[in-house]
Amino acid sequence: MKATCWLGTQHVEVRDVPDPTILNPRDAIIRVTRTAICGSDLHLYNGFIPTMRRGDVLGHEFMGEVVELGTGVKNLAIGDRVVVPFPIACGHCLQCEREMYSLCENSNPNAWVAEKLWGYSPCGIFGYSHMLGGFAGGQAQYVRVPFADVGPIKIPDHLGDEQVLFLSDIFPTGYMAAEACNIQPGDIVAVWGCGPVGQFAIKSAYMLGAEQVIAIDRFEYRMRIARERAGATTINYENMDVHDALVEMTGGRGPDACIDAVGLEGHAPGVAGAYDRVKTAMMLETDRTPALRQAILECRSGGTVSVAGVYGGFIDKFPMGAVVNRSLTIKSGQTHVQRYTRPLLERIGRGEIDPSFVITHRLPLDEAAQGYSMFAEKRDDCLKVVLAA
Amino acid sequence: MHQRELEWISAERAATALAWFSIGLGAAELIAPRAVARLAGIREPRGISGAIRALGARELANGAAILANPRQPAWLWSRVAGDGLDLWMMQRARQRRGVKDARFKAASAAVMAVTAADLMVAQRLTTLERQQSAAPPRLEIVRAVTINRANHEVYRFWREFTNLPRVMRGIEAIDVIDDRHSHWRLRVPGGVRVEWDAEIVDERENERITWRAEGPVVAHMGSVMFTPAPGARGTQVVARFEYEPRGGPLGSNIAWLMDGLFEDQVQEDLRRCKQFLETGEIPLSDGPGLLRPAQPATDPAEIRDYSGVHR
Repeated sequence: MKATCWLGTQHVEVRDVPDPTILNPRDAIIRVTRTAICGSDLHLYNGFIPTMRRGDVLGHEFMGEVVELGTGVKNLAIGDRVVVPFPIACGHCLQCEREMYSLCENSNPNAWVAEKLWGYSPCGIFGYSHMLGGFAGGQAQYVRVPFADVGPIKIPDHLGDEQVLFLSDIFPTGYMAAEACNIQPGDIVAVWGCGPVGQFAIKSAYMLGAEQVIAIDRFEYRMRIARERAGATTINYENMDVHDALVEMTGGRGPDACIDAVGLEGHAPGVAGAYDRVKTAMMLETDRTPALRQAILECRSGGTVSVAGVYGGFIDKFPMGAVVNRSLTIKSGQTHVQRYTRPLLERIGRGEIDPSFVITHRLPLDEAAQGYSMFAEKRDDCLKVVLAA
Repeated sequence: MHQRELEWISAERAATALAWFSIGLGAAELIAPRAVARLAGIREPRGISGAIRALGARELANGAAILANPRQPAWLWSRVAGDGLDLWMMQRARQRRGVKDARFKAASAAVMAVTAADLMVAQRLTTLERQQSAAPPRLEIVRAVTINRANHEVYRFWREFTNLPRVMRGIEAIDVIDDRHSHWRLRVPGGVRVEWDAEIVDERENERITWRAEGPVVAHMGSVMFTPAPGARGTQVVARFEYEPRGGPLGSNIAWLMDGLFEDQVQEDLRRCKQFLETGEIPLSDGPGLLRPAQPATDPAEIRDYSGVHR
């Protein structure tokens, strides 16, 4: 089959690899119909996530048709059309019982690697490094889905692929980030980053009752979508002083909640941005964090900082003083997607949201490499690339 | 407290005192080299400040090194060498510059007394270190996991030894001889086979199993404890191994190296036991460890081999 393989930093290629087979009783094989490139795939692409190996199959946002089932999967049938959540979860451990699916204690066969870096291991994730399981990803024609009786959600025929594909990751991710803000009537929410997750965080914050959502970015085309499709007020941090703008928009108090939808490859103008660039280049820091620092400093006293962006290692100049002295709450986590697929599918079914509004490019799987470079370099006003397998 | 530890502590105290002496003298030599020279009875201290300051810097560094690791004999031996250097420098100064005899003799006697003290402590630390490495250390490994299953289910799975090769990597087979005795066969990478006999020496249903293993390579005491986790969160399983390395100092070095690997192995086996009991399977990675790329294999047996999961 054809699969998108990671071959090194900024080097992916669609190659022929063996077809997947059932390895465990609770596995299923899915024929992929649509798959997407995630902003977090760019962290792999740019070489920020350790334990990648040449030849790894990428992709954790995908959907398709069930073509083969292990003997242990009783709730799916051949031919079912399903969306697959990116975290792999067993459904039986304490974390799964508590619906903390991305912390599944059983789904990472390489847990010992993650334990060396993070103390304990989270769940396994499709196509996202060996320390998160070494699972072949879904930017391919076929994919093996472990614990297929827990993750995949069946999709009713009347909903199109593009409407439901993002249930696999970015819609629940934006939603969980907004939910973590514990939004109260009248709350103003600020979102750093108008990438796809940022767009869904804006939409979700409104769904959960936010009075106003302010989005911060530097790409005009992304802010236009945030304004026109998601209803945000936008701040371009290259033209405006973010602090001054937020002070003015929030009556001098700061946003009640701040969402970091940027993650470890953040940019900042001036000294702060240069500081992280130099430190990561010299391997003195693994992650660049200007967005997170600013989100903390701008947040209203007693407010919530919700971190949806991906961080992998260690960061510098973390403003802990602001967190402690101003009673800030920091919420984070890889998305517990399985917790959100059903309620969010219902919202899509009721027409409350059509997640396909973030799609700017549709390419055949063969052109995945162009998709990666275009998305990484933000060429051609690229916001979200969907691949048809 | 253990006798040897008490001996270590007293030697450590003496070393620390000498370290502070080193730092005091070093500081004096750095700050007031001429005063130090005059105290030692040297008549013409001008022009040797640089040399005395160098001695001072050495003293300071040596003192700091001892404080950082007061059980390390090498730093005390370095003090002994430094004392020798001091005495030699003093002799040279006497020949070239002349000395006030009474002061010089007193200073020389003081340096020799300190040298004797350094020598004693250095020897004491060296002896203690030798004794320590000669005694075979008793190695202990403890690893734990919480399994989301009732106590009796987890106990029953373990007590039925024929279950264990499913979750223990490398265990080829366990032959149960009678209720207390069993024979274990382990295949390690490279095709080497290791075998041992195990005897259950103590057990309490649903609570613990304790055994002794005896073989040409493997010899240990082991136990697994099963305790209900608080808040009805399943069962806490604590595995404990104790063993004395065989084969003298070489054996103990090898055991020390192997210790970390064995610890990881125990942790992995417990993890697999949890996976099997909670999910009914041991989930396989397409890219186990970093051994092969995360992509489907032409022959799934390749993935099973890398993962060490064969059934």
